[in-house]
Amino acid sequence: MTSTAAVGAAQAAETRFRLSGAGSHAVLAPIGLGVVLLGAWEFGVRLFDIDPFVVPAPAAIAGEVLENLPTICSGSVVTGRNALAGLLIGAVVGVLAALVSSASRVLDQMAAPVVAALSVVPIVALAPVLYTMFGAAADTARILVAALSVVVPVYLNTLRGLRQVLPVHRDLMRAYAARPAWVASTVTLPTAVPFVFTGLRIASSLAVISALIAEYFGGPIGGLGKSITSAAAGSDYALAWAYVFGSIVLGLTFYVATLAAELWFTRHRATT
Amino acid sequence: MSAGTHAVEVAGVSRVFDTKKGPVVALDDVDLTVAAGEFVSLIGPSGCGKSTLLRLIADLDQPTSGTIAVRGKGPRQARLDREYGIAFQQAGLLPWRTVAANIELPLQVHGVAKGARRARAAELLELIGLTDFADHHPDQLSGGMQQRVAIARALAESPKLLLMDEPFGALDEITRERMQNELVRIAAETGAAVVFVTHSIPEAVFLSDRVVVMSPRPGRITGVVDCQLGSSSSRTDAVRDEAGFFHAVAAVREHLHGTAPVAVRGVETR
Ligand SMILES: Nc1ncnc2c1ncn2[C@@H]1O[C@H](COP(=O)(O)OP(=O)(O)OP(=O)(O)O)[C@@H](O)[C@H]1O
Ligand SMILES: [Mg+2]
Repeated sequence: MTSTAAVGAAQAAETRFRLSGAGSHAVLAPIGLGVVLLGAWEFGVRLFDIDPFVVPAPAAIAGEVLENLPTICSGSVVTGRNALAGLLIGAVVGVLAALVSSASRVLDQMAAPVVAALSVVPIVALAPVLYTMFGAAADTARILVAALSVVVPVYLNTLRGLRQVLPVHRDLMRAYAARPAWVASTVTLPTAVPFVFTGLRIASSLAVISALIAEYFGGPIGGLGKSITSAAAGSDYALAWAYVFGSIVLGLTFYVATLAAELWFTRHRATT
Repeated sequence: MSAGTHAVEVAGVSRVFDTKKGPVVALDDVDLTVAAGEFVSLIGPSGCGKSTLLRLIADLDQPTSGTIAVRGKGPRQARLDREYGIAFQQAGLLPWRTVAANIELPLQVHGVAKGARRARAAELLELIGLTDFADHHPDQLSGGMQQRVAIARALAESPKLLLMDEPFGALDEITRERMQNELVRIAAETGAAVVFVTHSIPEAVFLSDRVVVMSPRPGRITGVVDCQLGSSSSRTDAVRDEAGFFHAVAAVREHLHGTAPVAVRGVETR
């Protein structure tokens, strides 16, 4: 469901961006599919009399969502804050690291295997270790987990972006005898900007997922992840699903926000 | 005219590229002099070294042997002194900058004050007829308009030498002829010398005082055709229908296809 909605959101935004005539179609089709799936789900649960611990009916989940809206919202704020802090820290580190790597081939070659290794490490697995390092009473470990999961996609995309300078732009800057710092700020960095935002968009979902899952392993209560585990532990399945729904909305919010930023910063890049 | 006032002097220049498949002789012993204010076109089949020659003059590349002087200086010094303006086949505008900011780019790099930059950009926008598009971004412009902006950018610092590598290559025939008319006018108004690379014989003949014909493998100058089509101010579309125009076109074509009479060849071939 998440991916259907996410793709739908992406298409909708892209369609708006291109001002194409198929706008309403691109929005309505995924919504229609979502409605049909939800209907089939509700119908199936009732028809086969499925127990709520297997899967509760959408109507029951919706009821819990409405009833617990304040806690879901406050939980989203807690988890969202960690994810956002992680996203920002990871983005800054990723962009700076990419700048360093693009400036020095040696460092780039040294970093490549480390980055490759990092990209296959399930970062959330570090959560328990980080809790013991930074204490389970603070959000530090969660923010770090989110930040770590963000660094790699932002780093890789930024590095790619920094290498996209067109030969004609490079020639132009040489013809102007422009200083390296000037070339970097006028051509190289602006060229890389869309790639940075692509990295951020990919990383945004990772940040939310990481911040959320990290809560499963300990730390203060209040976040969506902790709420899901405690509701499930208390056999309150519809409530657990209501928090899952909150997580989906949170993830989508991050995705759509970064997608919007990406579209905004690439709005003039259609042609060269 | 003393040597120092020549826009470009190329003497015995060769450029050999070392590739995996062995050396490629892009230019072999090329001599070319462009007088101040003169419009010279380079024409020849693909791969004959036109772009290479232009890049050598612009100091975007260095010759393997031979010497180049640009407005009486070494190419590097000329580049550092911003002696030339340059335009490529791709407009190469910065897509995140407005049209006006793109024209201001070279001025900004070289520390010209904001007010002066604005004024110069406004002047050039007027010249290329795009005043209404100052605050647009390049993606909102047609290919021909983008190319005009690129030419305005090349003119920003009022260079006495313009280097242009197939700047109209991507344009349709109608836009192309209009741009040619504009370029003749601009070159006349600014008194700049132009080295212009093209694949089009009529374009070369219409624009130029002299057309330099080149041949590939190794890249050499095989002939020079004088096109006496009248002063730039009188060179309008009507010229395209005159006998002199067709004579010059035929002469260039003969050099390109190697069918020129032996006598003529003897005079003009190097
Ligand atoms: N950087 C390079 N490395 C290796 N070979 C090169 C390089 N640049 C040009 N050449 C070779 O030099 C020769 C001349 O190239 P050049 O680009 O100057 O041709 P051109 O006359 O501009 O062709 P076109 O009309 O297609 O633009 C070609 O054979 C090309 O392959
Ligand atoms: Mg070329």
